[in-house]
Amino acid sequence: MEQFEPTIVAFCCHYCAYTAADMAGSMRLEYPPNVKIIRVPCSGRVDAIHIMKALEKGADGVLVAGCLEGDCHFKNGNVKALQRVTALHPFLEEIGIEAERVQMVNMSAGMGGRFAQIATEFTEKIRELGPNPAKAGASRLAAS
Amino acid sequence: MITAERKPLDEIMESIDGCGRILLVGCNECVTVCAAGGRKEVALLASALQMASMKKGRTLDIRELTLERQCDPEYVEELTPHIDQVDAVVSMACGCGVQEVARRFKKTHVYPALNTKFMGASEGPGIWAERCQGCGDCLLGLTGGICPIARCAKRLMNGPCGGSTNGKCEISNDVDCAWHLIWERMKELGIEDRYEDVIAAKDWRTGRGGGPRKILREDLV
Repeated sequence: MEQFEPTIVAFCCHYCAYTAADMAGSMRLEYPPNVKIIRVPCSGRVDAIHIMKALEKGADGVLVAGCLEGDCHFKNGNVKALQRVTALHPFLEEIGIEAERVQMVNMSAGMGGRFAQIATEFTEKIRELGPNPAKAGASRLAAS
Repeated sequence: MITAERKPLDEIMESIDGCGRILLVGCNECVTVCAAGGRKEVALLASALQMASMKKGRTLDIRELTLERQCDPEYVEELTPHIDQVDAVVSMACGCGVQEVARRFKKTHVYPALNTKFMGASEGPGIWAERCQGCGDCLLGLTGGICPIARCAKRLMNGPCGGSTNGKCEISNDVDCAWHLIWERMKELGIEDRYEDVIAAKDWRTGRGGGPRKILREDLV
């Protein structure tokens, strides 16, 4: 059976995770191509609807990557992002989508290694979880 | 404002079972302020309903629309071009909005997506608390601006009761004793002497005791 290749959307803060991803490249570190990066001015810009739309449109997992706690360029955007992600978890469970598919992570711009490691581990975790149940249902519909 | 909370998703899904085309209607007033039924919540619920349907191997045609005020006929009229093209309306307004849509569009199923809770005020970000029960005969002038009807569990007119301990109500340590608050406020205002004025038995006919109420302003009709 063909191995399931998840689609991961990573909302990356311009001031940390996006630069960390860049650094991972400069360091020639490999991370799975499954991770599709969307640069945002701050993780606090990421609203619940952005995450929901990513899942609705076919993402199997969503990462929200912000600065280390206390280091947000806009003071506390990363804290707000964590609150939103945490608040979204029970809503996802209500829909029947595993909360683990959406995760908040923190890193600094210099943590290229951490970005690559998180991208690898999260992709693996989502691969184990399998396809997003909403997407799987839609595929069954298309096939029928 | 009127406060509300979203119903469990399963309940909403059950109400629209068999419907393929949904008009999801929010309201820009109270339910937007209490983050229950504004444009943002409409978008979130639409996405959630879509994904819940996709999980079952179906897709929904969901239209999203947020009216300025769902309890006013002028604004509800804006739904007219959409009504014939949907199987049901799901309203994210308070009960007043749901009923206004149902009254205007008699042949359309209208389902509530929210549970309307109470008339309240914000105590801080994300916290709303009951402040008024619309009794129709306000006595806040007698009680230092704190309502014993909305905020005392027993609606005592002359409190407190024996269940008040250290300023908290016996029903929960999270609930302030309204009459304790009234006493503290009267002290601040320097009108403690009025605390012992006996408030007469309330005539509840001005409230729900008199049946459904209506206001008629001749100058505006």
